[in-house]
Amino acid sequence: MSDLKRTPLFPVYQAYGAKTIDFGGWELPVQFSSIKEEHEAVRNRTGLFDVSHMGEIEVQGPEALAFVQKITTNDASKLQTGAIQYSIMCYENGGTVDDLLVYKKADDCFLLVVNAANLDTDFAWMKRHLQENAELVNVSEQTALLAIQGPRSEEILGKLTDMDLSQLKFFQFSEVRLAGFQVLLSRSGYTGEDGFEIYCNPEDAVQLWNKILEAGKAEGILPCGLGARDTLRFEARLPLYGQELSEQISPLEAGVGFAVKLDKEVDFIGKSALLKQKSEGVSRKLVGIEMIERGIPRTHYPVYVNDKKIGEVTTGTQSPTLKKNIGLVLVEVEFAGIGTELEVEIRGKRLKAVVVKTPFYKRGK
Amino acid sequence: MNLPSSLKYSKEHEWVRVEGNKAHIGISDFAQSELGDIVFVELPSVGDEIVQDNSFGSVESVKTVSELYAPVSGKVVEVNSELEDSPELVNSAPYEQGWMIVVEMDDPSQVDSLLSADEYENLVKED
Repeated sequence: MSDLKRTPLFPVYQAYGAKTIDFGGWELPVQFSSIKEEHEAVRNRTGLFDVSHMGEIEVQGPEALAFVQKITTNDASKLQTGAIQYSIMCYENGGTVDDLLVYKKADDCFLLVVNAANLDTDFAWMKRHLQENAELVNVSEQTALLAIQGPRSEEILGKLTDMDLSQLKFFQFSEVRLAGFQVLLSRSGYTGEDGFEIYCNPEDAVQLWNKILEAGKAEGILPCGLGARDTLRFEARLPLYGQELSEQISPLEAGVGFAVKLDKEVDFIGKSALLKQKSEGVSRKLVGIEMIERGIPRTHYPVYVNDKKIGEVTTGTQSPTLKKNIGLVLVEVEFAGIGTELEVEIRGKRLKAVVVKTPFYKRGK
Repeated sequence: MNLPSSLKYSKEHEWVRVEGNKAHIGISDFAQSELGDIVFVELPSVGDEIVQDNSFGSVESVKTVSELYAPVSGKVVEVNSELEDSPELVNSAPYEQGWMIVVEMDDPSQVDSLLSADEYENLVKED
């Protein structure tokens, strides 16, 4: 795995003996101890993730907003400075380039946080559509990113900063000093829990990691890997690019239409295709299923109704929180109703499942 | 890594304990540790025939699915039904409560083609 990229936290994984895997060209830990334990730590206490592989691109200049508006489906003109928006970049045909977070740092400066595996594609796509008076800077290599997730996160980070963290609402961010380091602290995450993401200098990342773990000892914080990140985001029905979203799957099909503002004034890329999908109705829809018969649905397993293939599984596993075998499936829209019975083909056998409500897990307020 | 020297091992990470013409079969400590938290085990039924090197079931962790390959051929005479509700026994006790099946071997000499604990340890170290 010598050609794989490594984050500044790589020496830490080795110290734990964490299992690493190739994730989009990065050598990342799948687990530190056990996916189940890490998952439970985040749901009940708190977990710490290294997500430094994520891509960060800054858009600067007087036309920065106009550019962001053109390439993303959400309405960035509604963003206040210090706030974050979940958004999508689409192709002209409505397929998805990537999903991303848009941070408004100033009227003329936006930070776009994109999927690691898509960074090169995204950057090239943005460059192609770049206009006058807007500039792109790929700051990924100058940025490390830690995510602290779970109900005790505010309590733990509060020990390391003078800022009153209760003032930072979900999807807001601020420049703060944390454990003596200057960071961009954002209340956000990919687990369905409360939590923070910490953008910092790569040189500071290992020290910050250690200080956060030290500060969270009494609260039972655990270092967590990609495995738990995946099961957590899946239970909360947060899409993963390459599974729920792709070049072939539009945000309307994937059920993230809340991030597509077809009525915004700017003609964004993909708008006409998405308008057409919306007015005609999507032909496929992403829904949740629960297995009735014994078996675990997995990505790309085909889904049938009466011997007709009607779609496939995008993500599935045994939910560590619910202990049920559940999945997200992209199926023809007539089979997407709650309570519809369908069959998932698992190693040659068609096993019964039923369409259920999502998200599978929602945190208590 | 716990690899009892009284057992034989296959390249596909199954262990075999021979008692007369019967073979007790499970997966190695190395295999369970690589898979992580095991949440589902699919096994044949009593009476089924399994064939050496062919799949006889599967084991699933939170993250992945892995086929189980028969280390020897024979007729399944016992199945560990406890794994249906407690698949995590494969993690906690791969050689004891985490056993999977017992087969009546068609040809007990097939055991000779399996690896000793030392040979198996060398194999997994190379990976």
